[in-house]
Order: sequence, then structure tokens, then C-alpha cells
Amino acid sequence: MTPLLTTHGLSRDFGGLKAVDTVDFSLLPGEIRAIIGPNGAGKTTFVSLVCGRILPSAGRIVFDGRDITGLPAHKRVRLGIAYTFQITSVFARLSAYDNVALAFQRAQSGRSVHAGVMEALERTGLAGRAKETAGAMAYGHQRLLEVAMGLALKPRLLILDEPTQGLSDGEIAGFIALVREIARDATVLLIEHNMHVVMELAQRITVMEAGRILAEGTPQEIRDNVAVQEAYLGGAVEATS
Amino acid sequence: MKSDMGSGKAIALHLVVIAGLFGLGFILPEYHHGVLARVMVLAVFAMGYNILFGYAGLLSLGHAMFFAVGLYGAGLTMIHLGWGAPAGFAAGVVAGAVLALGVGVLALRTTGVAFMIVTMMFSQVFYLLTLYFSAWTRGDEGLVIPQARRGLDLGAMRLDFTDPMTRYMLALGLFATVLLLTLGVARSGFGRVLVAIRENEERTKMLGYDTFANKLSAVVLSGTFCATAGAAYALLFGYVGSTFASVQYSIFPLLWVLLGGAATTLGPFLGTLFMYYVVDIASGYTSAYMLIVGLLLILLILYFPKGVLGTVRERWLRWLP
Repeated sequence: MTPLLTTHGLSRDFGGLKAVDTVDFSLLPGEIRAIIGPNGAGKTTFVSLVCGRILPSAGRIVFDGRDITGLPAHKRVRLGIAYTFQITSVFARLSAYDNVALAFQRAQSGRSVHAGVMEALERTGLAGRAKETAGAMAYGHQRLLEVAMGLALKPRLLILDEPTQGLSDGEIAGFIALVREIARDATVLLIEHNMHVVMELAQRITVMEAGRILAEGTPQEIRDNVAVQEAYLGGAVEATS
Repeated sequence: MKSDMGSGKAIALHLVVIAGLFGLGFILPEYHHGVLARVMVLAVFAMGYNILFGYAGLLSLGHAMFFAVGLYGAGLTMIHLGWGAPAGFAAGVVAGAVLALGVGVLALRTTGVAFMIVTMMFSQVFYLLTLYFSAWTRGDEGLVIPQARRGLDLGAMRLDFTDPMTRYMLALGLFATVLLLTLGVARSGFGRVLVAIRENEERTKMLGYDTFANKLSAVVLSGTFCATAGAAYALLFGYVGSTFASVQYSIFPLLWVLLGGAATTLGPFLGTLFMYYVVDIASGYTSAYMLIVGLLLILLILYFPKGVLGTVRERWLRWLP
């Protein structure tokens, strides 16, 4: 199968720091992939390079057979790469409905905006909160609203940057079910610290450390990988296995 | 979510305001009749400013150039090239759109304070040009468009812009058109994108919007509205002078919009009307009228921090556009 996304020698320096260091990465269509690694490993920088929020110092990014290395962020979104922010970044003074409508209205001129918006809100369980001001919603609901905005973009690749951070256990269970459902028609790239979420969802896991890929494999392979255990997982393996 | 009832009410409110102004045209005493005609034209200037400042959140300190380019576009072509009123008006509007496009492409490379400074510099250049080419503009002294030219022959009938009733109704027609266009923009997808850019530009980009192109469209629309007001001012009131290009005419629309309520459709009109009468009444009592105006502005900001209509919307009428 041809990969949906590949990067070749992708690098990004900040001053002397190599945040992302010659990363070769590839992602198959339909996959749920998790990227894990200690803080400062370069995970967010890596996905920011993919979605175009920052430009690489070196290397190439290919999405669906097309070189997108120099493409501005908004054009990558139009190709189907959606990014949901690590720090909740909804439009706080607009209603939940308007937040999703903004995501939906651009490309979907054929369909009624109202129907499309309500569908995305229903899938995330927020339909009853359409009129609420986004900034006044509970934190967990704001995270879900981020996901609803991502969904409304009808992405081919949905990048979720620490989506469960700050959610309760109950909310996390609902979130896992939601991502499984999303993955039926989109590829999901997930940065996540919660090992339970990672082991439940990911078909393959990429481990990053100091800007490089340390290991890659199935959840079982990653659990059994000694280098990974030393670098990162530590006690977490015992806790989840 | 905008409920259908809310949007019905909003449209009804705008039609009532327009109908009310139409009715006032027949009953107002002569002096206030003249004031309101002028205020309606200046409110178009304010509504243009509101598109960029209120909705897109870009604070320009140079909008005098857009009003003035409309004013001069109409005035100079009519006086020096002998163009008729419709052609002069069109020249003013087109000049505004072209200038806004040029200034927008350059000024939008900056944001925040730098954007304020850059727009102000462009406007000052425009102001100085009106003084420099005083052979044509007669600078500060200005030009008067001859009364005979300020009219339109429609077959046997002549529409005379110097006639108070004709002038009032033309001002109202322009005001109503721009007001309804603003309402349309505010309720459109484009309006929603402008608000999104104001609230969080980075996020808007990540929803796939070319924020530069949207901001540029806002500058062009805003500049064109302001130039339309300027061109109408030249035709209806007959005076074209460089005062209108000076920095205070960049500050006025900001004040009018802040007073009435930024990002409200009717706020600019309310702010313009209020300010005009405050200055008018206060200057009847004392030559230090700016002191009274200043005090009133402070009180307004204290009790209506988002402008009159902005505060009304926040506290009572959520459906207000």
C-alpha cells in the first residue's frame, strides 16, 4: 500500500537545538498511529512541520504522492490535513455552533452548513450545547469541540496533539470510542502521554527521543523494546500490562 | 447559533430604522434635516471603517485617505475633466477600491501597532499630496463644485442635489444600501471568517483559510465603502478640501464606531449621530466644547465599554447583529 504521508530527512533547528533531526517517517492510509516520547522529544514540532505551522530547516514532506514541503498551512488543510491544538484553541467568544461552522463552511458549499455542523456536534456529543459560548464550556467539552472542528474539515489525516490531556477517566473512555469511529474514514496521528489511551488505540507506535525516531512498531513490540523501556516507558509498562 | 427568529427580528429592525429615517425626512425642521443628511453620509464612512476595525479587528489610523480619495476622485474629475455627476461618483468609488487594494497589499504585511503606523503614514502621504498639488486641489482652501454640475438630468426631469429633500433622500438611499450590505456581510460566511481572524488568526489558518486574502478583501471592501461616502459627500455638499484627508478624519470614524459599538451594524450610525449632536450642542454653549465631548466620552467608556449597541447586545439583546 502507498503511504498517505512520508517524510524524508525532515529536520528543524531552533538556534542550536535540533528539535526534529533527520526524521524518516511514513504513515499508511487508515492507520491509527501514536507518537510517544518524553517531553521535549520533538513530537509537537514534528506534527507542526507536517501541518505547516512551522517550516522545516531541511528535508521533504510528501502527502498523498505530492510534495507539500513548501505549501502554506491553509493549503495543506485544504488537501485534508487537519490539526487539533495541544493547548485548547477554540474561538472563545463564539458559540460552539459558529466554531464548527467556521471549520465546515469553507469547502462544503454543496451541503447545508447547518446539517454538516450538527452532524459534527452530534458525533462528539455536543449537539445539545450548540448555542453555548465556547469559552464558557467545561474544559473537557472544549477539547471535544476541538475534535468536532477537526471532523468538520472532513480530513484525510487528523492530527490530535495530546487530546486527552486534562480529561476525566469517563471522558477518556468516550474519547477512545470517538477516535475509533473517526478512524473508519480518516487516518489518525495521535500524540499522547496517557499510555492506556495509546495501547487501546494505536495500531503502530512511533517513539521519539531528542528529535529522532528511537523505535517504531506494534504496541506489543514497543512494550518489549528494551531501549524504549529505558528511555521512556519505565514503570508505565507494568502499570498498563 | 443564529435562530431564524433572531434573524427575522434583525432584518425587521433594520427596515424599521430605514423607514423611520425616511419618515423623518418629511417632518424634521430644516436645520436638523440638513444635519441628518450629512450624518447619514458620514455614517457610511463609519460603516466602512467598522468592516475592518469591528469585524476583522484591524485598527487603521489612515482611513481619512479612503474618504478623501472618494471625495477627490469625484471632485477633481468633475471640475477639471468636466465629468458628469454619475461618472464623477464612479471615479471616486473606483479610486477608493484601487487605493485600498494597493495600501492593503503593503500594510497587511504588518499587524497591530505597526499596522496603525503604516496606515497613518500612507494617509499622511495622501494628505500632503493634496497640499502639494494645490494647483489642482487648491489645498486647504479647497474646491467648490459648481451648483450647476451637482445634478442629474433624467429626460425632462432634473435631479438637483442641492435641493434639501433630494439630497436627504439620496443620502438615505446610500445609507440604506451600505447598511443592508453590512448586515449581509455580518451574517455571511465571509463575516464569520473575519470575526474568526479577529479572535484567533493562527487557528483560522489551521481551518484552511487564507487569512491574508480575507483581510485584503476586508480592506478593499472597507476602503470602497469609505470612498463611496467621500464621493457622495462631494456631490451632495459640493465642497472638496484637504481637511478631509487630515489625521482627524482618520480618528473620527474610530470614535464613531467605538461609541456606537464595534462589530454592530447600527452602531456606526448611532455613534456618528451622537457625536455630531454633542459637538453641535456643546459648541453652542462654550468654545471649550471639546472638554465636554471628552468628558462624555469618558462616561460612555465607563458605562458602555463596548459602545452603546455592543453593550446592549451583551447585556440584553443577544440577537442584535
